Amino acid sequence: MINSLFIINSSGDVFMEKHWKSVIHKSICDYFFEEQGKAGSPEDVPPVIATPHHYLLNIYRNQLYFVAVVTTEVPPLFVIEFLHRIFDTFEDYFTECSETTLKEHFVIVYELLDEMLDNGFPLAVESNILKELIRPPNFLRTITDTVTGKNTGVSATLPTGQLSNVPWRRTGVKYTNNEAYFDVIEEIDAIIDKQGNTVIAEVQGYIDCLIKLSGMPDLTLSFINPRLLDDISFHPCVRYKRWESEKVLSFVPPDGNFRLISYHIGANNMVAVPLYIRHNIQYREGSGGRFEVTIGPKQTMGKVVENISLEVPFPKSVLNLTLTPSQGKYTFDPVGKILTWDVGRMDPTKLPSIKGNISLQSGHPIPESNPTINMNFSISQMAISGIKVNRLDMYGEKYKPFKGVKYMTRAGKFQFRT
Amino acid sequence: MTSNSFQLGGTGFGNDKAPSTGSGEGDFTNDPASSGFFSENFKRHEDLKAMLDGNKDNLKLDAMKRIIGMVAKGKDASDLFPAVVKNVVSKNLEVKKLVYVYLTRYAEEQQDLALLSISTFQRALKDPNQLIRASALRVLSSIRVLMISPIMMLAIKEAVMDMSPYVRKTAAHAIPKLYSLDPESKEQLVEVIEKLLGDKTTLVAGSAIQAFEEVCPERIDLIHKNYRKLCNLLVDVEEWGQVVIVGMMTRYARTQFVSPNQEGAGEDGKNFYESEEDEDEKEETEENEDEPKKKPYIMDSDHRLLLRQTKPLLNSRNAAVVMSVAQLYHHCAPKSEVGVVAKALIRLLRGHKEVQYIVLSNIATMTVARRDMFEAYLKSFYIRSSDPTHIKLLKLEILTSLATETNISVILRELQTYVTSTDKEFAAATIQAIGRCASNIAEITDTCLSGLVHLMSNRDESVVAESVVVIKKLLQMQTTEHKDIITHMAKMVDEITVPMARASILWLIGEYSERVPKIAPDVLRKMAKSFIDEEDIVKLQILNLAAKMCITNSKQTRLLCQYVFNLAKYDQNYDIRDRSRFLRQLILPAEKGPLAKHAKKILLASKPAPVLQSKFEDRDQYQLGTLSHILNNKTTGYKDLPEWPEEAPDPSVRNVEIPVPEVTTKKSERKKATKDKSFYSESESSSEDEDSDEESDDSDEDEESEEESEEESDDEDESEDEEESEDSDIPQKNNAPPKQSAPKKAPKVEKSESEEEESSSEEESSSEESEEEKPPPKSKASKKKPAKETKAANQNNTDLLLDIDLFGSSNGVTSSGGTQGSILTPSMASAMSNLTISGASSTSSSNFVQPMNIPLKSYDLLNRMTGNGLGITYKFTRTISVFSPKMVSIELTLTNHGESPLSGIKVGKKTLQPGMEIQDFPEIASLGTGASTSVLMAINFNDTTQPAKFEICTLEQTFKVSITAPVGELLQPHTMGLQDFTQQQGKLKGMTENTGKVTLPKEKSDAKSVVTNVLTVANMLQVPSSESDTVYRFAAKTMSEGVLVLVSVSVNEESANIVVNCEKMVIGTMLLKDLKSLLAKS
Repeated sequence: MINSLFIINSSGDVFMEKHWKSVIHKSICDYFFEEQGKAGSPEDVPPVIATPHHYLLNIYRNQLYFVAVVTTEVPPLFVIEFLHRIFDTFEDYFTECSETTLKEHFVIVYELLDEMLDNGFPLAVESNILKELIRPPNFLRTITDTVTGKNTGVSATLPTGQLSNVPWRRTGVKYTNNEAYFDVIEEIDAIIDKQGNTVIAEVQGYIDCLIKLSGMPDLTLSFINPRLLDDISFHPCVRYKRWESEKVLSFVPPDGNFRLISYHIGANNMVAVPLYIRHNIQYREGSGGRFEVTIGPKQTMGKVVENISLEVPFPKSVLNLTLTPSQGKYTFDPVGKILTWDVGRMDPTKLPSIKGNISLQSGHPIPESNPTINMNFSISQMAISGIKVNRLDMYGEKYKPFKGVKYMTRAGKFQFRT
Repeated sequence: MTSNSFQLGGTGFGNDKAPSTGSGEGDFTNDPASSGFFSENFKRHEDLKAMLDGNKDNLKLDAMKRIIGMVAKGKDASDLFPAVVKNVVSKNLEVKKLVYVYLTRYAEEQQDLALLSISTFQRALKDPNQLIRASALRVLSSIRVLMISPIMMLAIKEAVMDMSPYVRKTAAHAIPKLYSLDPESKEQLVEVIEKLLGDKTTLVAGSAIQAFEEVCPERIDLIHKNYRKLCNLLVDVEEWGQVVIVGMMTRYARTQFVSPNQEGAGEDGKNFYESEEDEDEKEETEENEDEPKKKPYIMDSDHRLLLRQTKPLLNSRNAAVVMSVAQLYHHCAPKSEVGVVAKALIRLLRGHKEVQYIVLSNIATMTVARRDMFEAYLKSFYIRSSDPTHIKLLKLEILTSLATETNISVILRELQTYVTSTDKEFAAATIQAIGRCASNIAEITDTCLSGLVHLMSNRDESVVAESVVVIKKLLQMQTTEHKDIITHMAKMVDEITVPMARASILWLIGEYSERVPKIAPDVLRKMAKSFIDEEDIVKLQILNLAAKMCITNSKQTRLLCQYVFNLAKYDQNYDIRDRSRFLRQLILPAEKGPLAKHAKKILLASKPAPVLQSKFEDRDQYQLGTLSHILNNKTTGYKDLPEWPEEAPDPSVRNVEIPVPEVTTKKSERKKATKDKSFYSESESSSEDEDSDEESDDSDEDEESEEESEEESDDEDESEDEEESEDSDIPQKNNAPPKQSAPKKAPKVEKSESEEEESSSEEESSSEESEEEKPPPKSKASKKKPAKETKAANQNNTDLLLDIDLFGSSNGVTSSGGTQGSILTPSMASAMSNLTISGASSTSSSNFVQPMNIPLKSYDLLNRMTGNGLGITYKFTRTISVFSPKMVSIELTLTNHGESPLSGIKVGKKTLQPGMEIQDFPEIASLGTGASTSVLMAINFNDTTQPAKFEICTLEQTFKVSITAPVGELLQPHTMGLQDFTQQQGKLKGMTENTGKVTLPKEKSDAKSVVTNVLTVANMLQVPSSESDTVYRFAAKTMSEGVLVLVSVSVNEESANIVVNCEKMVIGTMLLKDLKSLLAKS
């Protein structure tokens, strides 16, 4: 399936390559660079590129391109999904997946790639198994290794998980403090039109877990209002039939961090929009224009909205902005023409606002349309959809774990058209 | 040598300083010292060789790490091969591993030397550690040296028989490697694959199928025997394997089953009960998931199995799995069921942009064929300014395809905002999209045209140009005159500079010059003036314009035309010269030829309007989800999806040693056993506990579940014993008369209903077990079966007594449940429902959940006029359906008003919304003139007020009918205390609450009539309250999903406040509306 993988940094260097079948010279990437040259921005590079004998499938994340080369028909999503999985694994191992970290840990990277794919087909992808096969870098271990002169990053035995029916969980887990934390995170995607009407608002939710439980715990998580969740994707550990019949999540969790479910609450349900903005953006011939934005609370359910920030991409003809915000700081990137206003917390009694002048490049026609405003915010201790965890039960182990649930709502792709 | 050792020390030092890297590899660390000396690559290799030749493991490891660094970077490290290959015997595992990595990379280039390492691998293949065995095989098979292919073959053959599934999986991966190296070994490999396909572990399944796909995809016959096993294992296979298996299954289904979308196949001539039973049994064994049970065409049970087993995969976190299931449904499922994939695909749109791109491309193709599928998700395709351009274009494509008369206004408004986008490519595409909408939907063409004309005064040139081109196309399609638009465009020729747009305007004027007789010559004059400065494409159109003008208006333009032709004669472009020569001869011929007479006909012939259609129109020739589909081009190795066969190949090839009927026997036994247990055993609760335990373990049988499974097998033994004794009691009756199957049917359903949840899942695990573990000898079982069934029927009937009791009492029926058999046919059940009515009125204070008020109102289903004498009315009985608690019972009264008796009345084809189900009434053999009969049917409306459309067939005719349930009938009463009620109501505040106020007519403001009215509207139960009498509360749950519906009516003299709380807002609002209208009516 996947023949070769090239990792390319933002300046166009192929700094790592791995082949699972016959070697394909990295000059194949020239086709990719050609497409990259045509694209306006890194995101615009088409994910699938056909060359005379090969097909290049690429993903772009964290300023790195992962380019996979295939030679025959293959489901493209298979490859793309797998590339993302590789990226996630690197991130899991090195906390950040960037050119520096990959170069720093290139041996582990190479061992991982060798273990994840065999003949271009996925072999061991579950993080729990990989971590048993190849130990992640760890500060303490490197010290002991240096002192003792031993250096064993790889395991001599096959992880038992690989053979069991719960391949996602490693065996022999032991903790002195048994803990299970659940983060219910919801992101609101919305488009709000000029008049302030909601064109579309959807919620994308995740339940991310941090499970540190000894042995083989069997957990059951139930919700007060499970009916809200009708469009879910599960981690493979979740027993689908139990969900179908009883609407409870029953699972033997992997060890450590993982995403239990992600769900989508579509536009057909009403989704509350926590904030509104009032805006007045005008360009005038010659002088420039006015820019004025005020943010106000709409449906915040009594919670404090934090970490508000605005991002406004301006057209190329805008030269600069001189603004005065009532709170927070603003920056304008004169190259990318992006205005960022870091608002911070919102005090409902004093609405944050920003106003000032736009200066336009002389000689250019004034822009016809106003920019869209992207907004970010977060509200803690609340899930906007109203989903609530009812209880968590554990079977199969005797100890009493410490359990915790946290709710958070934040903006996903939250746009105001102006 | 001394210098070497010095440098070695240097390396070690470098390591100490940058411990996190664990190596001193120059290019990968910031350590200036190490990078300094590593830059002189050539000499350093000597140093590496020395390190590898030494006997210190950590030095070797350092060296290997540096070498791997070079490999990773793509630098040539092949000259180190001899030094590295020696270390293949290293005891240090990490060194070994890195040597393996190196070997697989360079073995192909250094074949002779690579052979040195082979014996090491051969030894490792016999290692007791499975990981070492597997990795040896992995590396051995990755060494692409043709000479060792016999050794590889041997190793693979051995590994396939290995104890460890991990090694077997590795063997499966090795097969395609060997095949690509040595295609002649195919025959032997196919044998190996056949063996692997029989493997029962989920770990191996995916890789085995992958090997099958790469080596011998044409040997579909190898799959037959493993088909059912694969389907059943599918959920537990790892994600990547699932993708491959589903892909293969798609092809399999297309060759082995017949199309589920053909018309009327197998609809009649099939015994109603028989087919029903088959379906049911499968339903029960596999899972208790609701799916439309019956199809007008009888689907192969294996086909159904595939669809059912893949459906849960739509909830996978892996986009590739979801996509593969979606394409399976698209290509292999009946049309009515494909809809289920839409939701999952929409969910994927939240993924990474690359995933979005692929999914959107596939959706775009799907919308061309099935627009209705995605219509509900229109808003999900709205474009954000932050989307990458290719995603914007795809979304635009989909939006355009989804446009219909009803939603076009919304879409147009959305498109309008896109036009102003700063992304010019996107803005231009938007204009094209508007054009496509306008051409597809006649109603809006004029609106779009005026909008586009407006856009022509846009400041941006590309927008203007694009609108001109689109307007040209639209005008060409329009028959009506648009003089003003043409005039307007003619005026714009001066301003527009984009060649394509200019050319379009000129063409338009030429074509319709008679509509603008005053302006056209003027335009030509101007163009003649600027001719030499124009682009080629514009010049050609000027020539065209001149020629056409010369024909229609030769008096004014003949000279101009000649002038233009003369200019063109000396143009640099040969096309233009050719064109002018041709036109001159045609229009201004030196001598009158035969062609010149027809010049007008030739030039001004009416041209066919261009068809604006989706770019994805022709993509459906490729299988969805493939690379070829994305590229719209056949890729290497792509095979077209085969067409459905006309007739299905023999389905029996899929039968494994244990044939299906036997499994059924086993099942019914098992079912009875559980039943018996709960019936006879000491305590019901304990058995229930057990059940739930078993259930929690049903998907994975790890060590913990051993206890349970033991217990289970005990149960099974028990049941077998019992069954044996029964066998001896009852003489064999091999051919049970067909009639007998009818009464059998109902109890089964009945039972499954009463213990639906426990039994079905339990049965499943047991049946799987029995299939796999304890295949009883066939002959015995088949003999057993018929006897068993009659017995089972009796047995069930006695069991049923209990059920009836439960059922009856819950319906307020006292002891009038009738004889044992009476409940067995649906029509009798309807009789019972009538009993219920009387029962209810007498015991209305009872605490049981029961219908409080049965509306007598009946609705017309089929008018006697349109029904050619057959009149059908229906009413809602408000009883719990015998078929499924999720269904609404409906009593149909059929009356033959005609003059001839009707026969064979039954339900025909159904067109249902996804999630809806119909339980048909049994076929009415005949209905004499003037006779009338009542039958009971049940519909699961899936909590929507959508009509259930189906056909009523008589022998001669079919009538299309539809039943819509008022929202109040979608409910079932729910018992609730006051406290509970207020608590629940508190939870359902906010958006889920609907309030309304009505003025009550005088005569109806008393408590009793308010209550009756509410209960007439909706099938609810009054909540007993202790407070003042003026607030009445009612509670119910929706039939299919069991969502709570709460109504409270507070009467205040002459007005009443109604509050409806329901999570489903549609139900809430509609119920409120119904309540208001009835309460206000005097």
